[in-house]
Amino acid sequence: MNEYSILIGGKAGDGISQAGQIIGSIFSSLGYHVYQYVDYPSLIRGGHNFCIIRAAKEPIFTHRTKVNAIIAFDQQTVDTHLDKLANHGIILFDKDKVKTEGVGISITQIINELQGIPIMGNTAMIAVLFRYLGVPWEHVESVLSRKIPKKIEKNLQIAQAAWKTVTPGLNISPISGETKPFLSGNEWIAIGLLAGGIDAYIAYPMTPSSGVLHFLASVAEETGITVYHPESEIAVILMALGFSYTGKKSAVGTSGGGFCLMTEGLSLAGQAELPIVIIVSQRTGPSTGLPTYTAQSDLMFIRHAGQGEFPRWIAAPANPDEALRLGAEAVQISSQFQIPAFILTDKTFSEGIYTGSSSLPRTEPTTKPGPTFPYNRYADHPDGISPVLSPPYPGESIKVNSYTHDVRGITTEDPQVTRFMVEKRKRKQQVLCEYVDRPENIFIDGDKNATTGIICWGSVRGPVTEAIQTMSVRIISPLILEPFPKKSFLKAMEGVEKIILIEESAMGQLDKILREHGIVPDQQILRYDGRPSAVEELEEQIRRYV
Amino acid sequence: MNPNESLVADTKNTWCPGCGNFAIQHAVKFVIEEFEKEGVPRENFVFVTGIGCHAKIADYFNLNSFYSLHGRTIPVASGIKMANPDLKVICFAGDGDLYAEGLEHLIHAAKRNIDITVICHNNRVYGLTTGQYTPTSPYGYRGKSTPGGIHEYPLNIIEMLLGSGATFVARGYSRKIPLLKRIIREAILHPGFAHIDVLQICASFFNMTPQYDEFVYETSEANVSQFDVACRTGQQWNYSDPGPIPLGIFYKTIKPSFPENKEKKVINREEIIRTILSRYS
Ligand code: SF4
Repeated sequence: MNEYSILIGGKAGDGISQAGQIIGSIFSSLGYHVYQYVDYPSLIRGGHNFCIIRAAKEPIFTHRTKVNAIIAFDQQTVDTHLDKLANHGIILFDKDKVKTEGVGISITQIINELQGIPIMGNTAMIAVLFRYLGVPWEHVESVLSRKIPKKIEKNLQIAQAAWKTVTPGLNISPISGETKPFLSGNEWIAIGLLAGGIDAYIAYPMTPSSGVLHFLASVAEETGITVYHPESEIAVILMALGFSYTGKKSAVGTSGGGFCLMTEGLSLAGQAELPIVIIVSQRTGPSTGLPTYTAQSDLMFIRHAGQGEFPRWIAAPANPDEALRLGAEAVQISSQFQIPAFILTDKTFSEGIYTGSSSLPRTEPTTKPGPTFPYNRYADHPDGISPVLSPPYPGESIKVNSYTHDVRGITTEDPQVTRFMVEKRKRKQQVLCEYVDRPENIFIDGDKNATTGIICWGSVRGPVTEAIQTMSVRIISPLILEPFPKKSFLKAMEGVEKIILIEESAMGQLDKILREHGIVPDQQILRYDGRPSAVEELEEQIRRYV
Repeated sequence: MNPNESLVADTKNTWCPGCGNFAIQHAVKFVIEEFEKEGVPRENFVFVTGIGCHAKIADYFNLNSFYSLHGRTIPVASGIKMANPDLKVICFAGDGDLYAEGLEHLIHAAKRNIDITVICHNNRVYGLTTGQYTPTSPYGYRGKSTPGGIHEYPLNIIEMLLGSGATFVARGYSRKIPLLKRIIREAILHPGFAHIDVLQICASFFNMTPQYDEFVYETSEANVSQFDVACRTGQQWNYSDPGPIPLGIFYKTIKPSFPENKEKKVINREEIIRTILSRYS
């Protein structure tokens, strides 16, 4: 077998997601590429949580419908997911709580005998799984000892006891290759921001973006960055702009609802020409919508948010490497062009967990023209980008302004000055357009000569890439959505006669941008139930049109 | 902006004749000049303003400024202070701006005792939008949006600030300049959140000069660190009924302030990221 899919399910509070992560880490330590999908309702205890961990020899960024093993902590897991079990698949379950066929272990009894606590059932089940897969105890033990936060000895004792109750059913082989870091999409983006040189991350908790806040808060001390959670998203973006004013590179993160509150601050960034990185992780909307489920329905909102006209940059990563690269690039672009730079992601990518490479993106040193004196914050420059100076600077007053202003930053209503400032920002937009219109900002895959093209963006690209493996289609997926890299995109589309657009929205979001550029999809595959598509589901849908 | 240059900019001033803003500007100029003489360079000051008549002060000073949004001086100022604790960050805000749209930020800034100074130009009316009521307009105030008179009592902002944990609470008056100068200076020196509610007359829409002149008095600052005394002083006037209006510093205490001025470590970002990544392998 080339790949393994494991579904693990139980109640919220059972530690399902953490157990999934340890399973993923063990696979990763065996050299596999791993992806973990996390599905949970918006509640803290009870309900049904599950995750799917997939391990493969090739890089993977999505789940499949069928799984080779189900680990059931409760009856609902079996009842809900039994139809997902592949031929020859196996159910591993807690015999004391679940009735079904397969490998039943008396988890509760083992824990009682060894005087453990219920949560240790997770470690026991993980041991059972890898025993069944034929992985040596020493290997499992070494990962467990690194990953279990508390009471390692007791956990290992219980895990070993459970281990002994099972006989191997398979014999999976380790793959040569390094152990890859295994982190959530949010964490990959956060590392990208760090690599890009952020000084501050300000955010208010909001699913599914909170992972960035939690991760950066946990490393704030050692990385020397400021991480702060103030009273609201309104405060978040304005505080971050305060950092920008002093020359510090700042980023904020939220989801659509929180971004609604940030829009006035966004316009301020546009008018005052202050750099800011904004991470927006989409979930099902409108309004509160489905807080813990996915969507790609905020692109038009992000693209048009804020009153007035000003340049912005929007990137949508589809995998860990792109998250690293675009996260770092967002920091540099926002700072170099003094504009808002967005990382637009979604629940699937934010909370999905992926193995990625540990090679850091190259950060290009930006050469900016130095200020001239007496200093004018909005001094003219051919590319529309004014040289930045930060306070305190002896002898100079540094003024930024939300009003239309002159080169010094003083409020004006003069029509000529107004036109001049608008044109300065337009020139900047033009330079930005040219900067993003590069081939590496368009991802092309599949059969590169095919006349059928699939267009998609963000996390959807993962399953699409796998779904089309036996078809003659070309994937064209832009990494930058604003300004749209038009020339490079059209180049990638050369020879395409039939276009299929795949998006997780009801009305089509990228669709609107494509139409602006005269590209009209022939078919649309849209999904809007909050769930990401598995490979097989997409494969079936795409086949209808190919 | 060299020390010989005037602090007041050569920009055209558009405040109405007789406006209380002039007095506040004058007091602030005096205080900054004093600090300069004592060795605090003027470039260490950053003015953050909201939107409204008061906010034009950003344009009228030759100093660092961030002309921000309506109600949003405090988060901007907080970000600046957190980013560079060496800067002296002063918010100029209006009562409509700060006590209506900006209220959540005000309460939280007081709660976190962030080391900034807030000067509220409280003319108890929206001046720039031509005379509507604000959170501190008196009961029954008739403005263009409330022709029948408002049926709300004003917010006693002093009580609210004390209840929010502010460590420096004061009230000034635009026609008592020496007192105003002293309060502004002490507020800037105060390590923590300092708030000055400045009663300011609006010459065009709400000229309260006769009433203020009759009722204001300087309160004793003998028990300035006692919270219950401060509360009683704050309750003497409810922003609505005519009666004695205390001026001065009502409350001053020292509590841990924010941000802490930490020593900057030299960090190799790339190396740290590699260490972090290795933890997740
Ligand atoms: S409207 Fe009132 S507050 Fe505004 S400038 Fe005129 S007098 Fe001053």
